[in-house]
Amino acid sequence: MSRLLPFFGFVLLVALFGFGIWWNTQHDPNEVPSPLINLPAPAFVLPTLDDPAHTISKASLLGKPYVLNVFASWCIACGEEHPTLMADGNELGIPLIGYNYKDAPEDAKTWLNTHGNPYAMVITDRAGRTAIDFGVYGAPESFLVDAKGIIRYKHIGPFTPQIIARELKPAIAELLKEAP
Amino acid sequence: MSGLLRALLMASLMFAGTIQAQAIDPLPFQSHAQEVRFQNLTKQLRCLVCQNENLADSNAELARDLRLEVFKLMQQGQTDAQIKQYLVARYSNFVLYDPPLEPGTWLLWFGPALILLAGAGVVLVAVRKRRRGGAAIEVPTDNGDDW
Repeated sequence: MSRLLPFFGFVLLVALFGFGIWWNTQHDPNEVPSPLINLPAPAFVLPTLDDPAHTISKASLLGKPYVLNVFASWCIACGEEHPTLMADGNELGIPLIGYNYKDAPEDAKTWLNTHGNPYAMVITDRAGRTAIDFGVYGAPESFLVDAKGIIRYKHIGPFTPQIIARELKPAIAELLKEAP
Repeated sequence: MSGLLRALLMASLMFAGTIQAQAIDPLPFQSHAQEVRFQNLTKQLRCLVCQNENLADSNAELARDLRLEVFKLMQQGQTDAQIKQYLVARYSNFVLYDPPLEPGTWLLWFGPALILLAGAGVVLVAVRKRRRGGAAIEVPTDNGDDW
């Protein structure tokens, strides 16, 4: 029996390493969990892409839930995500608002013209100052904000049809159940 | 070499060091003390884009934005603790290289000690067994196998 002990130790180590590998395929080790979940979204006033003179504030969006999708024309992962937004963006039941992050407005417009525009509206944060308040550290990132302006869910990285079906849609359904 | 040239050379040599230490943006600090404080603080903060770098060393654009933010908060007279809190509220404890002791980080703080204790336990048991067993340890008889 005691001669088998090293073997059991070895099996234990293999199991541990296997678990580590499995865990890392399920989780992004670089993901920084947002401390803002279930807290009020930061106040913001940002110009729209179509008309820089026209601004949208957090207050003006209150009363209806929405999904805020941080994107930029320079962001490669946003390009990966884009077809998914084009396909599913309209079916969310709530508006999908684009948050153009540290981008030149002309570039963003060209990008949306080329690839299609899945957004109900696009707001721009060229300096990236408001994005710091949202805890954005890369694009794409997406926030689900409820009618009271509280962040209920955040997804870091590109949306896939699976993640939308498994995480975003149930989260939206829950919001819509709460507030008729 | 003229005096002027020599002075220029000296000046560039002196700058060579500082340029390396703060690779990026010259910020208008109020005093040298504040600059030292800024350097110390940004060294304790983690860059979120390139997570093995601190804010002071990182060339990532977000790191530059956050350095500027730290600088602004400093000008507003905020303490280091307040500035850290400001960043933690937005980016969670992840931004701190030195995570605070709280239930969520117990494993992080005490895990290594636990593993060390477990290892010591195993050694202790093994040693005791061997001592008690004395002659009972199987002495491998040489049967010709080299392994």
